[in-house]
Amino acid sequence: MVHKHDVLIVGAGLAGLRAAVELSGKANVAVLSKVLPTRSHSGAAQGGIAAALGNEEEDHVEWHIFDTVKGSDYLGDQDAIEMMVSEAPEVIIELEHMGVPFSRTKDGKIAQRQFGGHTRPKIGADGKETRVAIQRACYAADRTGHVILHTLYEQCVKHNVHFYSEYYVVSLIVKDGVCRGLVAFDIQTGELHTFHAKAVMFGTGGYGRAWKITSNAYANTGDGVAIAYRAGIPLEDMEFVQFHPTGLWKLGILVTEGARGEGGYLKNKAGERFMQRYAPTVMELAPRDMVTRSITTEILEGRGIDGKDYVHLDLTHVGEAALKEKLPEIIGFAKTYVGVDPVKAPIPIQPTAHYSMGGIPTSLFGEVYLDEKGTILTGFYAAGECACISVHGANRLGTNSLLDGVVHGRRTGKQIAKFLQTAEFSDLPENADKQDRARFDELFASTNFKESYHHIKDTLRDNMMTKTGVYRNEKDLKEMKRIIRELREKYKNVGLRDKSRNFNTELMEVLELGHLLEFSEVVVEGAIARQECRGAHWRTDHPKRDDENWMKHTFAFKTDKGVELKYKPVTVTKYQPMERKY
Amino acid sequence: MQVTFSIQRYDSSKDTKPYRQKFKLEVEPTDRILDCLDRIKWDFEGSLTYRRSCSHGICGSDAININGKNMLACQILIQDIKKKFIRIDPIPGMPIIKDLVVDTTDFFTKYEVVKPYLIAKNPPPKERYQSQADRAVIDESVNCILCGACTSSCPSMWGNPNYLGPAAMLKAYRFAFDSRDEAPAEHLEAIDTSDGVWRCHTIFNCVEACPKEINLTWHISQLKKKMVEREL
Repeated sequence: MVHKHDVLIVGAGLAGLRAAVELSGKANVAVLSKVLPTRSHSGAAQGGIAAALGNEEEDHVEWHIFDTVKGSDYLGDQDAIEMMVSEAPEVIIELEHMGVPFSRTKDGKIAQRQFGGHTRPKIGADGKETRVAIQRACYAADRTGHVILHTLYEQCVKHNVHFYSEYYVVSLIVKDGVCRGLVAFDIQTGELHTFHAKAVMFGTGGYGRAWKITSNAYANTGDGVAIAYRAGIPLEDMEFVQFHPTGLWKLGILVTEGARGEGGYLKNKAGERFMQRYAPTVMELAPRDMVTRSITTEILEGRGIDGKDYVHLDLTHVGEAALKEKLPEIIGFAKTYVGVDPVKAPIPIQPTAHYSMGGIPTSLFGEVYLDEKGTILTGFYAAGECACISVHGANRLGTNSLLDGVVHGRRTGKQIAKFLQTAEFSDLPENADKQDRARFDELFASTNFKESYHHIKDTLRDNMMTKTGVYRNEKDLKEMKRIIRELREKYKNVGLRDKSRNFNTELMEVLELGHLLEFSEVVVEGAIARQECRGAHWRTDHPKRDDENWMKHTFAFKTDKGVELKYKPVTVTKYQPMERKY
Repeated sequence: MQVTFSIQRYDSSKDTKPYRQKFKLEVEPTDRILDCLDRIKWDFEGSLTYRRSCSHGICGSDAININGKNMLACQILIQDIKKKFIRIDPIPGMPIIKDLVVDTTDFFTKYEVVKPYLIAKNPPPKERYQSQADRAVIDESVNCILCGACTSSCPSMWGNPNYLGPAAMLKAYRFAFDSRDEAPAEHLEAIDTSDGVWRCHTIFNCVEACPKEINLTWHISQLKKKMVEREL
């Protein structure tokens, strides 16, 4: 079956829905999502969305820009950061107008709280300027992502946006440098459908599921980045994967940075607030990469609780009333999953794979680049976590991801609307779904189950955790490369036990595993090449940041021989790199 | 410890009626029911089908029926069940697509009936102010994750499938009681019918089923009260 729409948006998270709202009424727009609407992982974001509104204390866009540049370890493109941060107050007001139920200050304004790496200058008694934490994160208790996701979906209902729910995209249709549509299967029936469009936008989210401990949903298997990569699009800065400092021990479920923003302490087995040794001015509110390394170092040096691989996040001094008002979900998670009431006892936490700074390279307007020189692929756009603009560089500041999703979803929507004023439908190639159909037939015809897909997946995730985690070195990374090669060979023999075309989640998991293997190789290759420490990429065998050689973005291309790496300089406007101290 | 799972199986594309299948599993008390389903699927029965996504009770994908009660599979641990025989079924009252996956089309259509969006025409250039007290009025209702556990557990819905159900009612409340909404009457009119708010017989099943501990019956009673005041 062939469907025709002006625009196809893949992914119903913040970026996809914000773009859909922007395009509704201006074009025939449809959203495809492999999960039902409101199930997207944006809804799991807890702590806040940054904007220099100044509702709680004096703040300026320029301060937010500087924090984001510094937080990125100077790998973020400063023109992109400036655009995102400058639009932040406007998009937050828009969200409020759409109905987002933000928490409120005493005088009824949108409430704001502290978050890691967000600071303001302060002149000390000695006349010297230091930077201290600022209240910049707009929030709705610890359900900020949930309420924004639901509000954007409500706006889509209001504007009659067409949804293809539980459709799983399997490939892009690109011919002669023009993206003409995509192939997807209807999960409920198992039928393959071809979608013809003038423009396709990916807002397909991140890829934390390649690591054993992750805050990410099951759905976050990097489908979008892998599909784009296979279609000949390079991937940018994939070696930068953020580990959030505070995941619930063993499970990796996120405990928002807002918990530290509300005053939570990190303590080791001696009960010491160890952050005073790593970031004396902002302590627990240092950027995520630094807090994560500090926790990991404590654990590796034997100061985890009871000598185990976790430390404590202590909120007991914050007070029951404040916790119940500002962090109700966290109280629930801790009680349900680790049997701890944060009002009375500290929460066991460990770093958890959380956010993908890298992804599909785009312009400031969501247009997708085909190379490091800036050649644009006509008709294809990306925004949100699957994209790399790059506004987060080597390390994203907390609350800047929701901002990224909304700002760039909106801006990409506007850009697509402009593109549509002159764009025509380009012809679909004949049998556009031929390869996908053959792959499906092969999987359904498989009679053996020689290689179990979940064993391959577990082996990948276990090893990515230990060898491509918070600390890296050449030996481990090369071993990881070998393991992925081996797993890719095994993956060729994976078959299906479930032969029903109807809602076949085994088929989905097998396809997702293919995506995990595909981009993991890119992550590892990028990490082997980058011989320095920057943000979330920390090489123990190359322990310094190397601005002379590595102030540049990695571009990974898929070739017959494997991953080929090229580089592109970072855009620096106002802020020259300097040492990051907090 | 060993636990027996008895799971209802049904594939609407080929089975004429549902049947049950049993699996014995060695589990830890802290395993989630969702973890157990995953292990059954991966190690024993590749065709076992259920929805899941966030795995920590915020996306609402995995509402299922466990030992007769609607719950989220990712939010319930083995130690919460206190039985070694765990019966798992799809949530009731919705057509089954396959095994534990139900068709939610009707559920979302009913959600749309109540105009589930803020109606406000000319907002000021800055944010609208809302007092903390006004914000508190909608606090519980904005926590709804649309998992469907409430509506599917409602005997009024089982008796009359046209009933919009508690989830849609809660959504009507969420906007009718938002101090920023300029047309609460539009949300109220959508439910002022015999298939709307008046179909609720205060049975409280929805309250018991809600994984986010929302007191839906109280919210519905507030809607009824507001409507009666409106009529007077």
